[in-house]
Amino acid sequence: MIQLTINQQQYQVDAPPEMPLLWVIRDLVGLTGTKYGCGMAQCGACTIHLDGEAIRSCVTPVSKAVGKKITTIEGLSADNSHPVQRAWLIEDAPQCGYCQSGQIMSAAVLLKENPEPSDQDIDDAMSGNICRCGTYPRIRKAIHTAARLQKEGGIK
Amino acid sequence: MSNITANTSRRNFLKTGASLTGGLIIGFMVPAKAGRLGKLLAEPAGAATFAPNAFLQIGSDNSIKILLAHAEMGQGIWTTLAMLLGEELDADWKNITVEHAPPAKEYFHTAWGAQMTGGSSTTWSEFDRYRKAGATARLLLVQAAANKWKVQPAVCRTENGFVINGNKKLSYGELAESAGKLTAPADIPLRSKEQWKYIGKGMKRLDAPVKVNGKAVFGIDVKVEGMKIAVVAHAPAMGSKVKSFDATAAKKIAGVVDVVQIPTGVAVIADNTWAAIQGKKALMIQWDLSTAVTLNSAEQVDAFKKLAEKDGKEVAKGGDVALAMPKAVKSIDADYTVPYLAHASMEPLNCTVKITGDKCDIWTGTQMPGGDQAAAAKILGFKPEQVSVTTTFLGGAFGRRATMDSDFVSEAVHIAKASGKTIKMTWTREDDTQGGYYRPSFLHRIKAGIDDKGMPLFWKHVIAGQALPGDDGNGSAEGISDSPYVKVIPNFHISQHAPVLGITTLWLRSVGHTHTAFAMESMIDELAHLAGKDPVEYRRILLKDHARNLGVLNLAAAKAGWGKPLPAGHFQGVAVHESFRSYCAQVAEISIGADGLVKVHKFTSAIDCGLAVNPDGVRAQIESCVNYALSAALYGAITFKDGKVEQSNFHDYRVLRLNESPAEIETHIVESTEQMGGVGEPGFPPVAPALANAIFAATGKRIRQLPLGELNLKG
Repeated sequence: MIQLTINQQQYQVDAPPEMPLLWVIRDLVGLTGTKYGCGMAQCGACTIHLDGEAIRSCVTPVSKAVGKKITTIEGLSADNSHPVQRAWLIEDAPQCGYCQSGQIMSAAVLLKENPEPSDQDIDDAMSGNICRCGTYPRIRKAIHTAARLQKEGGIK
Repeated sequence: MSNITANTSRRNFLKTGASLTGGLIIGFMVPAKAGRLGKLLAEPAGAATFAPNAFLQIGSDNSIKILLAHAEMGQGIWTTLAMLLGEELDADWKNITVEHAPPAKEYFHTAWGAQMTGGSSTTWSEFDRYRKAGATARLLLVQAAANKWKVQPAVCRTENGFVINGNKKLSYGELAESAGKLTAPADIPLRSKEQWKYIGKGMKRLDAPVKVNGKAVFGIDVKVEGMKIAVVAHAPAMGSKVKSFDATAAKKIAGVVDVVQIPTGVAVIADNTWAAIQGKKALMIQWDLSTAVTLNSAEQVDAFKKLAEKDGKEVAKGGDVALAMPKAVKSIDADYTVPYLAHASMEPLNCTVKITGDKCDIWTGTQMPGGDQAAAAKILGFKPEQVSVTTTFLGGAFGRRATMDSDFVSEAVHIAKASGKTIKMTWTREDDTQGGYYRPSFLHRIKAGIDDKGMPLFWKHVIAGQALPGDDGNGSAEGISDSPYVKVIPNFHISQHAPVLGITTLWLRSVGHTHTAFAMESMIDELAHLAGKDPVEYRRILLKDHARNLGVLNLAAAKAGWGKPLPAGHFQGVAVHESFRSYCAQVAEISIGADGLVKVHKFTSAIDCGLAVNPDGVRAQIESCVNYALSAALYGAITFKDGKVEQSNFHDYRVLRLNESPAEIETHIVESTEQMGGVGEPGFPPVAPALANAIFAATGKRIRQLPLGELNLKG
């Protein structure tokens, strides 16, 4: 059994050490907000936070997460109050919505590390997350909006 | 464990009429020319019916549940259809929730006689039906209140979920039960444009909150008690079959519980997806390739060129091209080619199936729940009513989740049937990329000439490429044979070759227009330059009797600053095209980088879709189309070697990324009272030609082959 901390909760999972975190989270733990898109770190749909870093869970073996804090989209906020989620709603960013968990998780780390990203910074940080609906212009805008919300102290 | 709303509750609701308008069915039909899908789906065709209780459920707690006859795949109808119904119902917007409807005749497309989502048709085809459903309910609620108060309905009014008479008010929830016992009048008046609160103004997406916190349930997220995961080993080339297989090693993988053969391959069933994928890798399969396709893309274009030396099946003609040819002052010969394209939705195809006795439950993201229901019933020897289909959110579709043979649903049903297990079949990205049902590859050979005034004198056009399902021979010419340009060219001949190549083909966002607009708008641009005329001005002359084409062209040109100075090194190209009853013009602004690659800075679009019900939703769809079509124009290509697809995942089936999306995508909506059209697709067709025409403006090089790839434009 492997012990994991996901969204501040403890889980015991019966998984081989090489099983990617993505499938542990989705199939064994049952949190399905984190998505499968490619299985080879090409699309970013599976992006989660491991000790605050954005990682592609589809290529990260579960053994690497032992003793670390995992945050999934479900753990970002309980009520859509995270500045990135609020900004996404303000800009009506999602379309089909499938990639958005990963987009939001990538954006959250970008804004934590760089509270006022330029367009170039956004391009650099977000080019690993594919969106086939082409919501890119709204994602760019939403990240600027989230930066402003974050600066204002995340007041609802 | 189960997070699925039991489908039976909705089916029962339909049957019993539940709370609002018990048993009320009003015969209602919108006759219209059947579309491509409608024609194919004529079994079991029928007139759409109007049953307000099928669309709306009002609870005593004031909850308003709206059932969608169409599927939400990103295009925003979750919100738009709710706006239409809500506009007439006068409900409190906060109390509205939305659900996909189960397959039932009540949800047949009002124009095409089957339950389906496609053809950019949802909003215009439901504009009356959803408003009428809301208006009917409102009338009944008012009548119920009037009965209670013993007053005439005319003295009552409604506001935000209440019926009001002077200082008395009753909520819709309080009235729902008594309203449900009333019979609706035949004549349902609708509100005038001046009274609209939502339509034309717009509302935020109702599905956005669950799409920013991971709660939205897509097909791949479905959980059913006792469910296993199935992953399929598919044939290496279309048309091949399993000869034999050895599952010994696969069954040794921890978590693998079964391996079954199905018509399309071998399925590994496991406790989780990872074990199933490992099991698939461990399978030893001998394939019978004797009936497999052997296509080689490298040779295919040459084969198309050879075909195009002769006329194909005639699609349209006017005047006499042969007579006119020698009279032309100047002429151009050009071959335009496009490759096969995969839809590549972000959510790989998947489907969950549970068979218990004489009942089958299916959960999937589908554009055609009725067709899937029928396909499953056929496989199982059931009647359609023994099969339930719950439509989840679709993680993108672009046409791929609408196959005539219900390919992925059928496959999942076969796995469940063969194994006797409840399974969620999940395709890997590789399965999805190589799974066929592509936009076919095409060659357009055009020879066109101009007269002494520079205007087109003749146009000879031969198309070569595989037909789409149900095409009667000219489906690949949409956007050509009906082009407004062709109507003003005195001599034209358009014909089509549709060779049978064995590759499964399908509609992809904007269907034939994905390639015909590229050929048409590129050649018109070539003729403009041949005539020494400005590309916008040239089109204005040709389109002078086509007001809506002209309207979007002028608006896009004006907003893009056509003909005005641009930043150093920037160039523009233009294209205009009608599709799905809407008109779209675009101006691309590009530069050529030091590396010789094109850099797209800006797309300015103008669209005339008639009334724009949700204007920001229209803008979102144009933004989506620009990026989706740009992805195809720059990178999209499925190629074959000895019948095998050469691409497998996003590293070799490259798609547009955020850093490659234009810095500015501007959309302008024409204020229009003309016939309503669609918006999910019309933004796609002009993208590639606008881009190619801008590259010509920058470099003098004509782009006649897509995708551009890493083409060095300085070379």
